[in-house]
Amino acid sequence: MSNIRVPTALRAYTEGQIEVPTKATTVGGALQELADRYPGLAPHLFGSEGQLRPYVNLFVNDQDVRTLAGVQTPLAEGDKLMILPSVAGG
Amino acid sequence: MSLRIAAQLLAEIHRHAEQQYPEEGAGLILGWLNGDERSAHSVLPVSNNFEAPQRGRRYLIDTQDILKAEDEAQRQGLSVVGVFHSHPDHPPTPSKFDTDWAVPWYIYLITTVRQGVAEQTRAWRLQEDHSEMIEEQLAIKQEAR
Repeated sequence: MSNIRVPTALRAYTEGQIEVPTKATTVGGALQELADRYPGLAPHLFGSEGQLRPYVNLFVNDQDVRTLAGVQTPLAEGDKLMILPSVAGG
Repeated sequence: MSLRIAAQLLAEIHRHAEQQYPEEGAGLILGWLNGDERSAHSVLPVSNNFEAPQRGRRYLIDTQDILKAEDEAQRQGLSVVGVFHSHPDHPPTPSKFDTDWAVPWYIYLITTVRQGVAEQTRAWRLQEDHSEMIEEQLAIKQEAR
């Protein structure tokens, strides 16, 4: 079992849960499990074509998954997957 | 939805915006939730990490700053309720880039800085369908927080 840490901005869609356990074995699987569990969250994680929203940053045990295997990054027992929003604008 | 903010916190946001001029200044707002109303407790001005030549019209907050704010908020029993940034010599209305990158639920404060002087600040929030940003009420409290 791994844990997904939900940032403040998305907790409104996870019934206030800060950490959500997951049995998924990849980052992508964990996100899908989270979206299935909280359908109201899905459109804020994924765009209309299923792509991750541009502001979604993902870290496994503090390592950016873009430096690992992206959403294919494996999750092992006890890993912590953190969702952190990218905050940008102009 | 609305954001209540003490005048001295808004003044901190304005100071940061003026210090960063002609670049955009940005930061995070920690606060409380009470139904549809949010109250600012403190503001965390941060560096603009966008590529240097474009900082006059773009901002990017480092993920480490966001993580620190999330941790600090959790430690104090608060939430990261929003984001602030400045528009040097432009109106305090969201650009397309603001909307494209907006995170749902956050309140976004945008301050116009004209010729180095902070002027108007307005509050915005992304529509749930991500189509546009809508204006929210900004209630400025004059008393001490």
